[in-house]
Amino acid sequence: MASFLRPALSLMLLMTAITGVVYPLVVTGIAQVAFPAQANGSLVRDSTGNVVGSVLIAQDFTGDNWFHPRPSAGAFATVSSSASNLAPSNPALAARVKESAVQLSVPDQGPVPLALLTTSGSGLDPHLPPEAIRYQLARVAAARNVPVETLEQLVQKHIEQPLVGPPVVNVLLLNQALAQLKS
Amino acid sequence: MHSYDYALILAFFVLVLLPAPWLGRFYYKVMEGQRTWLTPVLGPVEKLCYRVAGVDPSSEQSWQKYTLALLAFNLAGFVILFAILLFQQYLPLNPQQLPGQEWTLAFNTAVSFVTNTNWQSYSGEASLSDFSQMAGLTVQNFVSAATGLAVLVALCRGIGRRSAQTLGNFWADMTRATLYGLLPLCLVLALFLVWQGVPQTFAHYVNAVTMQGVDQVIPLGPAASQIAIKQLGTNGGGFFGVNSAHPFENPSAWSNLFELASIILIPVALVFTFGHYVKDLRQSRAIIACMLALFLIGGGTALYAEYQPNPALNSPLVQHTAPLEGKETRFGTTGTVLWAETTTAASNGSVNGMHDSLNPMSGMVALVNMMVGEVIFGGVGAGLYGMLLNVLIAVFLAGLMIGRTPEYLGKKLQAKEVQLLVVTLLVMPVGVLVLAAIASVLPSAVAAVSNPGPHGFSQILYAFTSASANNGSAFGGLSANTPFYNLMLSLGMLLGRFGYILPVLALAGSLAMKKTAPIGQNTFPTHGPLFVALLTVTILLVGGLTFLPTLALGPIAEQLTLGF
Repeated sequence: MASFLRPALSLMLLMTAITGVVYPLVVTGIAQVAFPAQANGSLVRDSTGNVVGSVLIAQDFTGDNWFHPRPSAGAFATVSSSASNLAPSNPALAARVKESAVQLSVPDQGPVPLALLTTSGSGLDPHLPPEAIRYQLARVAAARNVPVETLEQLVQKHIEQPLVGPPVVNVLLLNQALAQLKS
Repeated sequence: MHSYDYALILAFFVLVLLPAPWLGRFYYKVMEGQRTWLTPVLGPVEKLCYRVAGVDPSSEQSWQKYTLALLAFNLAGFVILFAILLFQQYLPLNPQQLPGQEWTLAFNTAVSFVTNTNWQSYSGEASLSDFSQMAGLTVQNFVSAATGLAVLVALCRGIGRRSAQTLGNFWADMTRATLYGLLPLCLVLALFLVWQGVPQTFAHYVNAVTMQGVDQVIPLGPAASQIAIKQLGTNGGGFFGVNSAHPFENPSAWSNLFELASIILIPVALVFTFGHYVKDLRQSRAIIACMLALFLIGGGTALYAEYQPNPALNSPLVQHTAPLEGKETRFGTTGTVLWAETTTAASNGSVNGMHDSLNPMSGMVALVNMMVGEVIFGGVGAGLYGMLLNVLIAVFLAGLMIGRTPEYLGKKLQAKEVQLLVVTLLVMPVGVLVLAAIASVLPSAVAAVSNPGPHGFSQILYAFTSASANNGSAFGGLSANTPFYNLMLSLGMLLGRFGYILPVLALAGSLAMKKTAPIGQNTFPTHGPLFVALLTVTILLVGGLTFLPTLALGPIAEQLTLGF
């Protein structure tokens, strides 16, 4: 057995050095030079330079004059974030969804989009489908006293359509643009 | 489904299947110590490893010595990782000053990463330091995958060689698999992921004040380098607790596609590596055909099931579309289901949506993929050696049917080989059925369940299936961070890993020693459609018959109560 001890331990330590230290350091080095913004968390700053969040991490918005993100099972906690893990057959899921639907439903706009009624896998989903944003247009327009058409154009500009995934709107970026909108 | 859904599926298959023949040949050359285009860069590193370890890569080992080397290496890895997790507060790179893990949790985590399972009863961003993630978990992500690859090539050599006493050198196999087989691909994927938005930094967590004035902590770390290997090495252990559902772990539809393809890129290629070892690529194509058939059956079923709206949510106020609970907007239904299918077909276990919230039939597909033993492409190395066991069982069954001694590629399967095959057939039933049965009758274990009714049983069943299959995904509502689950699931993981590896290496040793009989007229061909069908049916029957009762109690019962 002793003849296995030296190679086992020394190779384990060598692999730790190569894959556990050198490899992450090389990736970090290249990433910090090539993609510094992304490597440091895709941070969003306000006009004075203070960090207001990350493009990729949802933050809560309340009040009629903002677009609301998807609800979060972990109340937008980031350390650590969580999902509801509710089974489709769990009565608590149906109860929660139907209750939110009563609160969020807008007359004459049809049923509430499911994205606004369900929590995401991460609890930090930064996006909404365009239809779930449009469902909120009338409310935000009225609260801000701006024409719906102006907001519709703003939303249109924020729709991202990748070739291999569904169209999405980043809620934080949209709200930031909304804040800068001259009313 | 929309055009982008079809584009995703098409791109996935292109990325996975197109490079496979080339990559498979590359792995053959690497594992046989032949020169490749990477040798000028990595050759000196490889030589240095051998010199420090005092190893002669050309000195071959018997199957017993090969096994002992593998066990010694895995034990050393376990001890080091266990120590790192217990004592991380005394180690560097711990900016959040996180304490060490409780011992059953540390034990579970260490076993989990050494066995290539990556079951996680903790949340990375809240409980692990950068040092633990890098020097602990990332390292095991590499070497556990390399261990699987080493076992596979030992079996390939056992089948391919004639009248041989040795299977190769474990130290060389493990070193080559890590350096040439995993590192270069990881470097490329990690940088792609940073480009898409995955953080890679040693800075502290950032304190932000949101637009509405709420404090928000933004967790950061060397995430991309770890995520690349957890995908490519079929490990699956997330840097963040919610795994690839986390927007930092999987930021866009494009990162989703590439992480998805990375799950089975190497397992698919290795089927061709096998063809090179036995000098018959027709065998590779037959095995790929069987794997693809099983993959498409599962994937098709899960896609259909997951596009059905949940009837429990029926209300005039609620949009009647495919369920979104536990799913991310940027992946949609197709992106989540394709991932769930792939991550359970391969023994990866990373998730980009919560499997607990999947419709019962899509959740069942995930369970079945694991129950058949992770052989639908499967883990790096582990998937194919598991599949080759099924091939031998199918050959044995065919031999019984035609009344001849079964033969595979000229190697006669005799009593000893069949006994070893039967041992491997018992691993999943014991790991899943016995352990889950124990948990299901202990009130304290049942208390960990978070959903009522049949789904609660599914949560326990899923946990032990995932552990024993070395998958690592979960029905995450189960509160599994208790001493009972930490230790029982560790037992399942160890059984699922070494319950295969030990018989496989014994089998490889036994096959290597045999003469190769010439292929005669009466030899049952193992490359035609008839054999592919036999193999597919064998896999489904062995898995299906064993586990059907548990599926009836879990997902099938849940489906019936939902009534759609």
